[in-house]
Amino acid sequence: MLRLPAFDFQPARSVDHAVALLAAHGNNALPVAGGTDLYANMKLGLFAPQLVIGLRSIAELRTIRFDPQHGLRIGALCSLDAVARDPAVALHYPALARAAAMVGTPEIRNMGTIGGNLCLETRCNYYNQSAEWRKALGYCLKRDGDLCRVAVHSATCKAVNASDTAPVMQAYDARITLVGPLGERNLAVRDFYQNDGARANVKRADEILTEIVLPLQASGMRSTYRKLRLRNAFDFPLVGVAVTLATDAQGACTQARVVLGAVTSAPFEVEAAGSLLRGSHLGEEIAAGAAEEVFKAGKPLENANASLLYRKRMLRVIAQRALEDVSHPLR
Amino acid sequence: MSKNGASGTRAHVVGAALPRIDGYAKVTGAAIFADDIALPRMLFGKLLRSPHAHARITSIDYERALRLPGVVAVAVGSDLPVRYGILPSAQDETVFAIDRVRYVGEPIAGVVAEDELTAQYAATLIDVRYDILPSVMSIDEALRDLGADAEKIHPESRKANNVHKDVHLTFGDIEAGFAEAERIFDNEYFFEGNTHAALEEHSAVASFGADGKLTLWSSTQTPHYLHRVAASVLEMPASRIRIIAPPIGGGFGGKTEPVAHELAAAHFARKTGRPVKFTLSREEVFYTHRGRHPVRIHLQTGIKSDGTIAACRLQTWLDGGAYGSYGVATTYYTGALLPVTYKMGAYAFDGCRVYTNKPPCGPKRGHGTTQPRYAFESQLDAIATELGLDAGAYRAAIAVDPYTRTVNHLRVTSCGMREALNAVSERTDYSSKHGKLSSGRGIGLAASAYLCGAGLPIYWNPMPHSGAIVKVDRGGGVTVFCGTSDCGQGSQNMLAVIVAETLGVDVLDVSVCAGDTDLTPVDLGSYSSRVTFMAGNAARSAASDVRERIAAAVGAELGVPADRCIFESGRVFDREDPERSLSFVDAARAAEARFGTLAGVGSYTPPADLHGDFKGSGVGPSPAYSYSACVAEVEVDFETGEVRVERIVLAHDCGRALNPHIVEGQIEGSAYMGMGEALMEESAFRNDLHRIPNLLDYKTPTILDTPRIEAIIIETEELEGPYGAKEAGEGPLNPVIPAIANAVADAIGTRIYATPITPERVLQALDGTSGPLRLRAPIAERAV
Amino acid sequence: MSISPSKMLATLRVNGRDVTLAFSPNATLLEVLREELRLTGTKHGCELGQCGACTVILDGTPVLSCLTLAADAIDRPVETVEGLASDGSLHPVQRAFLELGAAQCGYCTPGFLNAAVHLLENNTEPSEEEIREALAGHLCRCTGYTKIVEAVSLAGRRMRASADE
Repeated sequence: MLRLPAFDFQPARSVDHAVALLAAHGNNALPVAGGTDLYANMKLGLFAPQLVIGLRSIAELRTIRFDPQHGLRIGALCSLDAVARDPAVALHYPALARAAAMVGTPEIRNMGTIGGNLCLETRCNYYNQSAEWRKALGYCLKRDGDLCRVAVHSATCKAVNASDTAPVMQAYDARITLVGPLGERNLAVRDFYQNDGARANVKRADEILTEIVLPLQASGMRSTYRKLRLRNAFDFPLVGVAVTLATDAQGACTQARVVLGAVTSAPFEVEAAGSLLRGSHLGEEIAAGAAEEVFKAGKPLENANASLLYRKRMLRVIAQRALEDVSHPLR
Repeated sequence: MSKNGASGTRAHVVGAALPRIDGYAKVTGAAIFADDIALPRMLFGKLLRSPHAHARITSIDYERALRLPGVVAVAVGSDLPVRYGILPSAQDETVFAIDRVRYVGEPIAGVVAEDELTAQYAATLIDVRYDILPSVMSIDEALRDLGADAEKIHPESRKANNVHKDVHLTFGDIEAGFAEAERIFDNEYFFEGNTHAALEEHSAVASFGADGKLTLWSSTQTPHYLHRVAASVLEMPASRIRIIAPPIGGGFGGKTEPVAHELAAAHFARKTGRPVKFTLSREEVFYTHRGRHPVRIHLQTGIKSDGTIAACRLQTWLDGGAYGSYGVATTYYTGALLPVTYKMGAYAFDGCRVYTNKPPCGPKRGHGTTQPRYAFESQLDAIATELGLDAGAYRAAIAVDPYTRTVNHLRVTSCGMREALNAVSERTDYSSKHGKLSSGRGIGLAASAYLCGAGLPIYWNPMPHSGAIVKVDRGGGVTVFCGTSDCGQGSQNMLAVIVAETLGVDVLDVSVCAGDTDLTPVDLGSYSSRVTFMAGNAARSAASDVRERIAAAVGAELGVPADRCIFESGRVFDREDPERSLSFVDAARAAEARFGTLAGVGSYTPPADLHGDFKGSGVGPSPAYSYSACVAEVEVDFETGEVRVERIVLAHDCGRALNPHIVEGQIEGSAYMGMGEALMEESAFRNDLHRIPNLLDYKTPTILDTPRIEAIIIETEELEGPYGAKEAGEGPLNPVIPAIANAVADAIGTRIYATPITPERVLQALDGTSGPLRLRAPIAERAV
Repeated sequence: MSISPSKMLATLRVNGRDVTLAFSPNATLLEVLREELRLTGTKHGCELGQCGACTVILDGTPVLSCLTLAADAIDRPVETVEGLASDGSLHPVQRAFLELGAAQCGYCTPGFLNAAVHLLENNTEPSEEEIREALAGHLCRCTGYTKIVEAVSLAGRRMRASADE
């Protein structure tokens, strides 16, 4: 059977302990929370840390608190299942509950954490393969090679951010906290990611993600997440669309964000769609226009389980459906 | 049930929905599969596999691997040079590649070490140098004229270019048939390759004793064939080799032929004197493959004004992958069973299998008959629509009749196809729905037939196909010894049921010792849906043999004629006076006292008159055929192209259902597997590599993608089957794929001529950009 | 490269019993259950979290033992298929699987059983949809899932009936 490469393991007792361990071991250490992504990747030979730092044991990062003044604070180690089932999440951030409930399988949601899902390694079907397979291919830019197999002239890796919750977090304008030896930094989810598949977020190797804060949503805020996949379980999204939209008393749209998942190396906010929606009264025509903007802006590549032409075409369809969701309250 | 039962008894086990005898171990985790075996001092093995699709090996240096601490031995091609293959006509593989590799994933060397990680790492230290050759990755490329310079995948092949096998058969006057036809339907189809993806990854454990005897446990559906090949490749007498097939974690045809890791385990056990285990990773299972062949199909059917089939011409091109495997049989199977369902005036078949630089294709559930069945039932649907006929009634009207011969000389016995067609039509109200459902919804119907075991063995020999021994203990326990391998289909239970029925004992008083070449008589294996029919007949015969002796002893004890003795409910009694009886235990003791050790033997050889007399007539004949019919209902999302299967109703004529739960389980599993092949599963390649060799990207349907399946058992009386039984393991899969394809055509108003029916293909069809599939015309001429 | 790191001594709580044993820090719970404790009822079909065959109950929750470090399971209760039957009698879910033929090859069965028991412990009256959702992380190639769903439903009914007694 496939086995993990050799490493030492140390469970962290606290955030401080984890940070101290990371500081002591530098790039040779890898923090792991649920393990559903990283251990699988390690079995494929994609990472070989000398030390694995177990984050699961940090109890302080496993709470979800809603505060009507400030919004929702989610400890990074909350399981995706806990997030999906949390009543406050379901009530105030239904798109997050929906996205978390669509990740993988029940077992993966029991193990996988919200922090882990936000730090999900970018994916590509030239990359998520065994060491032998990648050797047969001749490797790629993301790991061991100097050529992007998806876009041969690209200077950067085109692996996609296939997290279900990341586009939702960005659509809610969430912020995250990173803790490292130099202390804490707090940044918007949109600034956390960068569109480089090989370096998909700005978290330094000695930092851990500890908390996600979702700001209080305007009254009348509606939100949704739509996921296209070939099977109704296990699968990562071929296309994900998160939408948040707020309207005033007259029904005019005051805020709108449309964020795509699984299309580029970072969650991809389609600004043109948002600006079209803002100030408008969402109806069929406006929705079609916004979906058209999504279609124009989104440029999937040939690196998932459906052709890029299909995924491109689906951007419009899935965006349209997401916009239909927010035309009416989700529940 | 007296008509089918042993003379004079009522069936008490046959037909009862009892728990399967191996179910207890399977729901408690107690069943020991091959990878669960651990022996003292056991070593772990790993295969080094080719990173190139086609290359000459110029050198192999494994010194570094051998020097790694923990590594015990390394082997390469020259250590095991004997060629083997499942068919005598295709002895084209070696355990480790010699001189040339022909697909990415082909084994080149093996390493055994104290632990698996060490073996895995050591394999990476083996330095192999290659001269890379151009690869051939499709049927078209394989048929392309190579010219003088280019190398064939198998240079020793006498066929042109990369053709492996071509077959040409004609039955009846095909030209006259087409001349007589009022309309000729002419279509081309493509059935994509796919794989078994049994959940258990193949595993083998070998142990070599100081007595020079080798024991090999392997997750194999065919322990007897592994026995033969192991003897040949290891150059050892078969009498010193013992093959044991533990419970198999799913087969579906994927474990029906000897493959490298099993023979490597045996070799290393002999070489090191220590037990050796090789368990494949999931990715390696994809490379081991032997799965469904991709097949291009050209089908011309001439229809008379009354709808009957005047003539049918079928051409198939099979993408065989890099080696022969069962491919010659597969090629014949793409043609052989088409005439078993419907009457036709004349039939012509041309099949051509090519080599490509991909993992070898072989048999998967429905072996070679699945692809043309998809095409034929798709075309029949179009014909029915054109003629304005109900698809079910039309099929029933042209169905073969029981106890007839087909146009290709196959003997048909019992046939419940009309009953199956009626059952699925009625259950779903097909006639009032087809063509009339709301937009996006569709209903489709199809039928099919399958073998109950091949009429001829894989290697020519006059011996039985199946043998059994039934031993009766003086404590009343009964043991059946039979060389079958249980891959989950329930063969252990089937043997127990048949023997319990024959001897009138509780099924749990019967133990089954199967799949052990030291202990059990030969059964050819779990393939071609042969086990219930053939091993079942052998077991029944063995049980009857011992029963006669017990009856004679009881008759003498009770002073009644032996033929008046009835075996039922653990007792043997006088039919005329049931009060006069002995318990089965006392009866067994009386018989042992009178005759000595109690054991009966039985064997089964198919009748000799099943087929015609022509080259190739050996593939297709079977002592009986099962029949199936399916209706599928689907909903298609016109925007995304997604197809949701809402309902599958699948009726199957299995003769007599020995255990209805097991038959239903086979029908339900077939429906599911067929649905996966129809909609999502495909062996996909890119850059010479299997693109998706894992269970996340190779899409097998999940529980959320699968509807509740409605299984209908159609019982016919198969006079030659054990207690009237026929097969249920493979046949029900075949109508599912065309039923779904027909339902999609009904839903979207246009037909898709290829599998799998992915969302992209649905959208292309809706856009009108796919159109009928067209092979380039000269392909047939170039094929040979 | 150190291929086989030195082992650690630790105590695992498996099926209600504490066992102290040595294993490597990179050993998965799957490997330790199967290879050290010889609890081979827990199966593996991919070792990458793509099939569900290795599911066990850890801390009362179904998890994939192939992606769980044994070292991360120390002092947390682990339940495997071997612990389902008690006092020699099958768990109602096992009995229903047996009676309806929901186990064919039996290889995915232990994983399904664990997920199903967990479901029924939290919801004895699941709808078909809830059953399917709870079992969505398990691939089966034999049954078409139909008898598995029926068996879980039957077991739920029996558990309710016996709880009512």
